[in-house]
Amino acid sequence: MKTRLQRLLPLAGAALLYGVILLLMATKVLPRSYQQMLPTICTYIIMAVSLNLVVGFLGDLSLGHAAFYAVGAYVGGMILRYLTAIPFGVRVIVAIAAAAAVAFVIGGAFLYFVRKLHGDYLAIVTLAFGEFVRSIVKIIPGTGGSAGLTDIPTIAAGAFPIKYIKAFSWSYVIMVISIFLIVNLIRSRHGRAIMAVRDNSIAAASVGINVSRCRIVTFAIAALFAGIAGVLYAANTAAVNPADFDYNVSIEVLVMVVLGGMGNIGGSIIATIILVALPKVLLDAAQYRLLIYAIALIAMMMLNANPRFTAFKRRVSEKTSKFVKSLGRGRD
Amino acid sequence: MAMLEVKDLHVFYGVIEAIKGISFSVEAGEVIALIGANGAGKTTTLHTITGLIQAKQGEILFEGQNLCKTPPHKIVSMGMAHVPEGRRIFAELSVFANLKLGAYTRHDKHEIDQTLEMVYDRFPRLKERRGQIAGTLSGGEQQMLAMGRALMSRPKIILMDEPSMGLSPLYVSQIFSIIEEIRRSGTTVLLVEQNAKKALEIADRAYVLETGNIALEGDAHMLMENDSVKRAYLGE
Ligand SMILES: Nc1ncnc2c1ncn2[C@@H]1O[C@H](COP(=O)(O)OP(=O)(O)O)[C@@H](O)[C@H]1O
Ligand SMILES: [Mg+2]
Repeated sequence: MKTRLQRLLPLAGAALLYGVILLLMATKVLPRSYQQMLPTICTYIIMAVSLNLVVGFLGDLSLGHAAFYAVGAYVGGMILRYLTAIPFGVRVIVAIAAAAAVAFVIGGAFLYFVRKLHGDYLAIVTLAFGEFVRSIVKIIPGTGGSAGLTDIPTIAAGAFPIKYIKAFSWSYVIMVISIFLIVNLIRSRHGRAIMAVRDNSIAAASVGINVSRCRIVTFAIAALFAGIAGVLYAANTAAVNPADFDYNVSIEVLVMVVLGGMGNIGGSIIATIILVALPKVLLDAAQYRLLIYAIALIAMMMLNANPRFTAFKRRVSEKTSKFVKSLGRGRD
Repeated sequence: MAMLEVKDLHVFYGVIEAIKGISFSVEAGEVIALIGANGAGKTTTLHTITGLIQAKQGEILFEGQNLCKTPPHKIVSMGMAHVPEGRRIFAELSVFANLKLGAYTRHDKHEIDQTLEMVYDRFPRLKERRGQIAGTLSGGEQQMLAMGRALMSRPKIILMDEPSMGLSPLYVSQIFSIIEEIRRSGTTVLLVEQNAKKALEIADRAYVLETGNIALEGDAHMLMENDSVKRAYLGE
């Protein structure tokens, strides 16, 4: 049994981290260009962690996570832009709820239709679906077509650094809630069922798991969080364009998941921070971003195939979990 | 009424008829062996009973209910557990998580813990290794895990697909004595085996499957004395 302390520890850590970052922002110790980056990092972390649910925990390869990001960005963006009769604060909540719901339904419906597909076949279909959504968006009235949706009211208003503090704060809160929910899902019996389907679908069926439904619901939940990330994107950038959601976005997020380790939430978070921040850190090298991705990906795959590195990783993770357990004074 | 009754079952893979109209029954409390060579249709039969494959024709009655249209995930909660061929464990999850998943359809949390203790008592090896990642267990331990996982659903009947396959003689004897224990505890067993000698030793009755047909059936000890069984399956 988990102690209450153990359950709350990560949330306390998240609050502490928030305080530290806030201090760095308010005192302008963190330069403007980095402050600007923080909401993007939060957004991408939600994307990576939710994609990890599908790729790492369910074991299905998706190359179309950006489709649900787009759905969320447009649903949320249009609500923020057009439903001006609703007070702004309420409108943000409505936008998030609606985007999450629509992305959930579309994600679930999509996998329902292609539920017989696995592996490479599913990967290709998800890739196509991403492009399909992008094309559909262009012809829906009110989306701004190819030119995109502009003038979305944004939370980030005011002078520097207030503007960035606001943008970061709400993005951070939503990110923490998203991660918290996803981690709790993974640790529940449903999470165990998801991993069982990944490890062996026949055995999963033999213990009574409805394999198709499990895949559909997991995919829908991942889509839901991508949809929420989409609202963050729309509300932070004030403009969304179909070009913002092409397959490169899906691939970038997939790279974050693979780099961080499939089935490793902490890894996804760290990999996302590194991959989003790295180009800024190496500002001059920004045009080599994709090159860095490629090299990093190859290096990680080679490292992960190396038994000595895997053994090292296992030792480190065992030590870490032992440490966390000692903090919470043991479990079981 | 038999606990499990299969009547005139026909199963196809495309146009190929793998099961050509077999009938057999399992009474409560029995150990029934279904023996046959590689490719005879043993796995296909079990997969059809558990809903992983649809029959083209025929009836499968479990405690009087027809299972033909029942999806696999519903079968478990009716009281039937399946230990699939080839040690299909959840390789990246711990032994403990594998066992917990065996009780996936149960919601009686307290009693699940009791069943877990019962399984640990029966398989002390699994208790020792409960935190280990299942994929790193030895073949015999993985087979025990697959059996323990099936017991976690507290089944009335347990279908086992070649539990002795690829195991060392020591593990084979251990697995068979566990099957006997399972029967003594009141669970009915339908045992599919290529290891006909061992299977016939512990079974009450047996069916011999040959290319989709039941060639012989009867009391297990009588079948051991049968000349064609001796020649084809016992290597005598
Ligand atoms: N998925 C499949 N597709 C086509 N034929 C199959 C499939 N699975 C099994 N078969 C065929 O059905 C027959 C019975 O196979 P199986 O039930 O696995 O036999 P056993 O378990 O007795 O070794 C074999 O001829 C086998 O080749
Ligand atoms: Mg077989």
